[in-house]
Amino acid sequence: MKSKRSWFERAASSPYIVWSALFIIAPLLFVAYFAFTDRDGAFTFENILSLSSYSETFVMSLGFSLIATTVCLLIGYPLAYCMSRTSERSRSILMVLLMLPMWISLLIRTYSLMALLDNGGLVSTFLVNIGLPKLTFIGTDGAVILGMIYDFLPYMVLPIYTSLVKIDKRYLEASADLGCNSIQTLFKVIFPLTTPGVVSGVTMVFVPSISTFYISQKLGGGSFDLIGDTIERQFQNQVTYHTGAAVSLVMMILILISLAIMNKFSDNEEAIIV
Amino acid sequence: MKFLSRAYIFIIFALLYAPILVVILFSFNESGNLSSFSGFTLYWYKDLFRSGEAIEALKNSLILALSSSALATILGTLASFSIAHSKNKYYQTVMKSVTNIPMMNPDIVTGVSMMLLFVGAALMFKLDNVLGFWTMLIAHTTFNLPYVILSILPKFKQMDKHLIEAALDLGCTPSQTFFKIEVPAIMPGIISGLMMSFTLSLDDFVISHFVSSPDFKTLPLYIYNQTAHEVKFSMYALCTLIILTILVLLIAVNLAGSRKKDRPRKQKRVKGATAK
Amino acid sequence: MKRALILVIISVMLLPLCLSLSSCESEEVTTLYVYNWGEYISDGSEDSLDTNKEFEEYYYRKTGKRVAVNYSTFSSNESMYAKIESGSASYDVIIPSDYMIQRMVKEDMLLPLDLSKIPNYQYIDEKFKGENVYYEDDSDNVYSIPYFYGMIGVIYNSSIVSEEDAALESWSLMWNDDYTRDILQFNNSRDAFGTAMYWKGYDVNEATEEQWTEARDLLIEQKDLVQGYVMDEIFNKMSSGSAAIAAYYAGDFFAMYEDNDDLAFYYPTEGTNSYIDAMCIPKGSKNPDLAHEYINFMCEEEIAVANAEYTYYASPLTTVLENEEYIEVMTEVHPDALEILYGEKANSVPSQAYLNLSPERLVLLNDLWEDLKVENTIGNGIYICCGIILAAIILLTIVQTVKKRKRAKYYTEQPK
Repeated sequence: MKSKRSWFERAASSPYIVWSALFIIAPLLFVAYFAFTDRDGAFTFENILSLSSYSETFVMSLGFSLIATTVCLLIGYPLAYCMSRTSERSRSILMVLLMLPMWISLLIRTYSLMALLDNGGLVSTFLVNIGLPKLTFIGTDGAVILGMIYDFLPYMVLPIYTSLVKIDKRYLEASADLGCNSIQTLFKVIFPLTTPGVVSGVTMVFVPSISTFYISQKLGGGSFDLIGDTIERQFQNQVTYHTGAAVSLVMMILILISLAIMNKFSDNEEAIIV
Repeated sequence: MKFLSRAYIFIIFALLYAPILVVILFSFNESGNLSSFSGFTLYWYKDLFRSGEAIEALKNSLILALSSSALATILGTLASFSIAHSKNKYYQTVMKSVTNIPMMNPDIVTGVSMMLLFVGAALMFKLDNVLGFWTMLIAHTTFNLPYVILSILPKFKQMDKHLIEAALDLGCTPSQTFFKIEVPAIMPGIISGLMMSFTLSLDDFVISHFVSSPDFKTLPLYIYNQTAHEVKFSMYALCTLIILTILVLLIAVNLAGSRKKDRPRKQKRVKGATAK
Repeated sequence: MKRALILVIISVMLLPLCLSLSSCESEEVTTLYVYNWGEYISDGSEDSLDTNKEFEEYYYRKTGKRVAVNYSTFSSNESMYAKIESGSASYDVIIPSDYMIQRMVKEDMLLPLDLSKIPNYQYIDEKFKGENVYYEDDSDNVYSIPYFYGMIGVIYNSSIVSEEDAALESWSLMWNDDYTRDILQFNNSRDAFGTAMYWKGYDVNEATEEQWTEARDLLIEQKDLVQGYVMDEIFNKMSSGSAAIAAYYAGDFFAMYEDNDDLAFYYPTEGTNSYIDAMCIPKGSKNPDLAHEYINFMCEEEIAVANAEYTYYASPLTTVLENEEYIEVMTEVHPDALEILYGEKANSVPSQAYLNLSPERLVLLNDLWEDLKVENTIGNGIYICCGIILAAIILLTIVQTVKKRKRAKYYTEQPK
């Protein structure tokens, strides 16, 4: 009987093993292959070395997404905190309101932000009408960052909110009993308890904003070239797959390192709490 | 304090919804510009449906989302079964980290790597015109799989191990045990995995952007194509329709969810009673 | 019960898969894949003629067979070429520009056309035939049928741009820093470099490496002045007045002028680009016969007039030029329309077509274009913000580690 069981198990596992080997591992190998070969298929470091001209792109993408993530955290944490303090009924309504933008495609949200900010759009018309000088939003670095914040804010709020709601009320009572005022409680009890939420929120904002290309295309007016744009252009507009693969590879490694650092953070915290 | 927090929530949500409301409002705008609202019209909606492209794209999106989420659910259920039952720690960690790869990677890298795989395979086997429905199906299934596995795997852990032993002792074959005992036990995980992968696949743009071809355009690709060059008010109409559909669905799901809230408790009580 | 339910659900979900499988096998409707520039065909919007639908009906009437036109668009010759070359998609009819056709002919990517299947070829103006074709081929093969042609000019908003600046009729307007952030530049390498090279009077096809590099430097210098690198986004930006100066294709000026009559147009006197976009059949086409049929259909008088009235580009068909309705419509759009498209204005400035560049030049162009794209001008504020954030993260990490050490010390000392 024992052997029979393992037979079924093995049969069950094989489709996924085959699938992941073919469609998860193999594509990554292909990226590495393209990154280290030239057009004739010979091994070369040329592509990786040529990336030095993109260093500014990398720095800028990193900068933009860092700022977007920080602002999202600064706006999102208080929002999640306020939401968790409301009554049960309004909480469920707020949840629907928060989920709705997450369900709407990123394209639509970016596009609608563009409708609002476009020169000759509502905001600039309004500003001109109240007598301010004509401002250009589209095509500035601020617009790109704003787009990232706007698009990914819900992804920051949701995990933080979930971890805030999960906090055992007895912790708060205990901290009050032990003489903490509400601000001390917030920083010494609530914030450490929600670090896993913060970490997953930060990940969910940071990764898509460092790799975006639609936001910078639409709101940056083509003047800002983030890593995502570079990759997209290499693959869709020019047939320079080899450079594109090298850029992708470096970005992947960059993100994995950031994720590892962030996970260190949450591990530390958990160790402290426990 | 309470007022402040209310005001804060209100302001942020107002900012979050302002652009969406602008799009909804201007989808009814008579003149084709964004600076002022000049009159009500349904012209843009007519314009949207004039060519069958939007409907065709919607149909394609649904076909792809249904089949890829079903395929991902089947594969994912089997995979989580084998991961949960394996005694080999090494195998477990390897499988889990492999599963994590598509989730950790940014979409664009997944998309690009898939494209390289297909294009590379096409070069090797001298195929042309490889991109299309099948490559989309493979890509979508692949990025859906981790979500399915992650929602099913915990259910296996929560399951009472004794039930399986009992079933085996009572003469069930492993496959019978799987279908009669385990599948019902992990059902909530399967359902939520299915739902999640369905919505993810419906929503995906970045990965599809790299592995698609013109003969199979999904709704997000259609929107991208239409908005790539110009502001089109018929796209505002399309966005409005999508937003409204999602709103209705979300409210319906929430209502159903809140009504269901009492039921699991009752079931638990019944289960406890029989156990005694 | 539950198991049955799952089976039903799963099988229902897999149904579309099976359906799509079966539909692949029983093909009644032939699909014709057409790949064209954006906004370059009469598509039925604003009560115009829906050309593709018209073709489907025409073909059904003629042969009794159903055909579906799958129409998709590209925004630059280069992206079109990338798509075809990668072999990831096959098309039946493509409409690239002259230099790209030349390149594709050279690389043997196009099918020679069978002119007996395109009787309407006789109406194509003689100046696009024979000796005058833009591709080099030893044989007498014809690879493309002209679709539209025209020249690049500068469009400006006369309510923003001063008369003196406009009266210069020069490319220098696009480098005028009085109009910072009001200028739009092409988002495709050849045309963008073209603007700088025509301005400096360089030969766009034979320029030396130094001249190319100089053009790049000019474009980098211009980057601070431009609002964005755009292609068809230009329509909205110019007609809504959010940008004031742009170089673009002459025909498109009229479309913008219709929405905003402050706009004006000139051909820069230093010289400019003339182009021909033409219909070709790529080698990978699955239905070359149908593709010929489509190309011929596009040259029918009624269809060509509809397209010309929709795109406002100059038509190479003599039948269109003689069509009275067309003349009337164009004059109504803009009094000088025909003059600008076909007449004196177009002929008075030197013009030069792009030719296919040598592979080394293409690599150079690619590299220089990347240089321009990568050159980012972001405010110092961004860097300062980043620095603060990074410092905060590092500080936080240090504080955490110190705290943890302290605690660990505390717990280890406690038992004593």
